[in-house]
Parts: sequence; structure tokens; C-alpha cells
Amino acid sequence: MRAHLSEILVLLLAASGQATFAQESHIGGLTGEAMRGKQLYRRYCVGCHGPLGDGRGENAQWIDPKPRNFVTGTFKCRSTPSGALPTDEDLYKSVTRGFVDSNMPSWLPLTAQQRADLIAYVKTFSSRFSEEKAPSPLQVPSEPEANQQSIQRGNELFQKMNCWSCHGKEGRGDGPSAQTLVDSRGYPIPPYDFAAGTRFKCGESNQDLYRILMTGLDGTPMPSFANGLTPDQAWDVVHYIRTLQINSKRKWAKKENVQADRSESKRAGEQLGGRAGPL
Amino acid sequence: MRAKIKYLYLGAVATFVLLTSYSAGSRTVTTIRESPAAADLRVTRPDSPEGAVLSGIVKVAGPQPAATRIDMAADPACLKMHPAPTMSEEVVVGTNGALKNVIVYISDGFGNRSFDPPTEPIELEQKGCTYSPRILGMRARQELKVINDDPTTHNIHPVPQNNREWNMSQPPGSSPIDETFAREEIIPVKCNVHPWMKGYIAVFKHPYFAVTGKDGKFVLKGLPAGNYTITAWHERLGTSTQKIAITANETKEVSFVFEAH
Repeated sequence: MRAHLSEILVLLLAASGQATFAQESHIGGLTGEAMRGKQLYRRYCVGCHGPLGDGRGENAQWIDPKPRNFVTGTFKCRSTPSGALPTDEDLYKSVTRGFVDSNMPSWLPLTAQQRADLIAYVKTFSSRFSEEKAPSPLQVPSEPEANQQSIQRGNELFQKMNCWSCHGKEGRGDGPSAQTLVDSRGYPIPPYDFAAGTRFKCGESNQDLYRILMTGLDGTPMPSFANGLTPDQAWDVVHYIRTLQINSKRKWAKKENVQADRSESKRAGEQLGGRAGPL
Repeated sequence: MRAKIKYLYLGAVATFVLLTSYSAGSRTVTTIRESPAAADLRVTRPDSPEGAVLSGIVKVAGPQPAATRIDMAADPACLKMHPAPTMSEEVVVGTNGALKNVIVYISDGFGNRSFDPPTEPIELEQKGCTYSPRILGMRARQELKVINDDPTTHNIHPVPQNNREWNMSQPPGSSPIDETFAREEIIPVKCNVHPWMKGYIAVFKHPYFAVTGKDGKFVLKGLPAGNYTITAWHERLGTSTQKIAITANETKEVSFVFEAH
């Protein structure tokens, strides 16, 4: 009898090893299932991202920036190092937030479970998700005070790190290299214009800005600065680039950010039915 | 009793699954062992004194395209390093049409033979706001060290189709960036900060590749006997292939002529 049981165990292990299509996502306490996500994808996403997930849906030709190609496993908004896969939470946040200045809307109208299912299905388009594991997310250290000295240091780093080559001396997206930039598929891509005061692609808070600097936006000309900036220096750059947002209606004092983060995580918590931690 | 039969059934299925996966695994191993080229497996390094030698020259025919001038004014730090005007190195032609920066490699003929990647890393330097070398041949899973010798910040951005894409900023004086590529591919490399900077990293699973110098010459040494496809690739002039048969320890010459356009 015992021998049979061990054989059953072996059978179960063999089955789990071979079922590569059964991709799951894990977001907080939620488990997304690819099979359920497929139905949702066919209804909401296929028009732009295409049935093969290669970003060649029938609407794609009318869209700029182009829909993401999921097959290469390259994603802009990550908490993981440049070149690495994003975490399930990263993808979940992108689907939830949507992308400003693009045709990708926020999918908050879907339930948290539905969004988790979609992430599980999106992961089936790239073999990378079954071959590699997303590394642990970058730790964002607590933010030091944004004072005049920090802003000044950030200004010097903005010059030294050649941020101005693309973003321009005043952060208006008009640096000497700006016109030459293309994304990894060869489409022109403008550098972010800080003065325009629009939202950032990968989140709103200073923590999100810190993360963008240190992980880069893969698939675009924006590199990761993890090799060249210490955490304190990255914070200095964050503080400096806030001063370039001269047309932003929002005040970026530290206290307000904390409040904004709280209300955001509260909303995410409600969506998850209180089962998951803040996202 | 009924439960026991059920377990027996499951056990049989499990054994079947195990056996099939085991035999599938061993089949691959057998194929490699039975491969006709197996006798030559000891000749797996281009620096080996044994094996065939394949050498030749790559030329370009017809009117040569004029080199374009590079304007580095966008970054004064780069401009300062080049008192004389800098010309694009896209097409570099030596005497008698000899073509530089062509990567010549075996593109087919090794079947599923595998070659261990070298343990020593290979270097790509950013020097004078250009890549050195412009065309870098390396092995899959070999360590790549990217070095910044310039007094300005670069970003190193390989744009692969078949490998992980990454993009790292590298300020002056920072430590080298260590990376690897898993699959064969010729990958364009850019520095988005300095749009004139262009390079290519050619990744191979075997050691039989060479980049032509200004004399257009290449040598592939230590080749096992066999039938191969040999390819010459140039960033602007495209690819050219030839089929060759090479016997043990033979010395063979192959030449390529690209049409200028």
C-alpha cells in the first residue's frame, strides 16, 4: 500500500512538471488562473494585443504607442532589475493603473480576481515565464528629506548622468538626443517632458519615481541607474525632477505623497476584498 | 479492494509516465553518441593544433559608399576626445576592396553538438564615445564585461530579438557591467544618450567565428571534418553564405565578395 502511495506522489509530481500551460499568478492572497484569464483576454484585450499576444491585434495599426508584445517578456513597469521578468504584482498594477498617454485604460472596472486571471493568461504568451523566475523586487529605502541641498545634488546628478541628453536641460523632453529615440521595435518614442505636468507611466508617488530610476523602463531608451546611483543619490534625483514639474497641479510635498499612497492602497485593498496587503 | 485496484491503476500510469520521459531523455543522449562526427569531438577548440583550417578574405565590389561624418557636438565630453573629424565606421574598406568588420561564422553543420562556453569573460569597451570593438563575437552564456573608459555617462542598451533585453546606465569610473546572452543572435547595441554609437554583439553556441580586420582576412582553426554552411555578415551590406565540405586537417580557402549599394 505504501509503495502505491509513493507512486501516486511521483505521478502527481510528474504531472505538475509537464503541465507548462497551467500558468498561475499570485497577487497578495489571490491566485489567478490562465484558463479563466483567457476568456477575459478574448473579450477585453485581444483587439489590441492580438490573439497571439504579440501586440498585433486588429486595432494595433491605429494605435501609438503600439500595444505591448507579450511574447518577448519585456515590460516597462517593473520592480525588478533591468532585463528581468516583472513580478505578478508589477503586471497587476499596470493593468489596474493603465498607461497615461496611451490607449491602455485602467482596468479597475474588472474585479481583482479577474485582473489576476488576466495576468496568469498574459504570462502564457512568453516561454520566459515558465523558464525563469522573477527576481525579488527592488527594496525602496525610506525617503530622506527633500531639502535645498538634496535638490542641488540631484541637479548635479541630472547633469552628470546625462539625463539632459534626452530629457533636456530643463526637463522639457527636448535634449539633443530626443529626436533620435526609438523603442525596441523601432517606433519613435519621445522622452518624458517633466514640465508638461502629466502623470508618470509607472505610478505617481516618489517611491514609484525612485523605482523607475533604479529599474529602468525596459523596451525603451530609459536605462536603469542601479549601476551608477547610490540609493541616496537616486532620492536626490527624484527630489530634483519634482522641481521640473512646473505645470503640475499637484504639490509634491512628502506628507501629501504619504496620504496619496494610503488612499491608493486603501482602494486596492477594497478591490481585493481585504484579503491582500496593500499593492 | 476497489480502492486498491484504483491505486494499482494509478501506479501503472505513473510508471508509464516515468518510463516514457526516461526513454525520451536517453534517446537524445544516444543520438549525440551515434552522431558520425563524434570521432572528432576532441577537436572542439579553434586554438587546437588539430583540425581543418578555413581562411579567406572578404571584399566589397563596385563603387565604395562614402563614409559619413559623425557629429559629437551633442556631448562636449565626447567632442573633446576627437580633435579631428570622426567618420562613421559602418563600412570600412581597405586596399583592393578588403572589407573590415565582417563576422564570418559557421551557421550550420554542427547538428546538436554542444560546446562548453569559455570560462574567461569577453570585454566590450566604450572609448572615445564609440564601441571597441564595434563588432564583438562571443559565446552563448559567456560572461560579457562592459567597461566605460570615457569621462561621460553612457547607457548600454542591447536590442535583441531572441534574448533578454536590458538597458543600464554607466557613469564614468563605475564598475564593469557583467551580463550574459543565452541564445545565438546578432544583437544591435546602442547608447541612447549618444545616438551615433552603434555596435553589434554576435552570440554563437560554438567557437567557430571571426571578425575581419582592415585586410578583410579571417581564419577559423581547429574545425572538425564535416559539411558546413559558412556565413559572412556585414551590418550594412547584409549576409552571404556558402556551402563547404571539409576533410580532416584540410586547409581550405573561401572568399566572399559583397556588392556595394
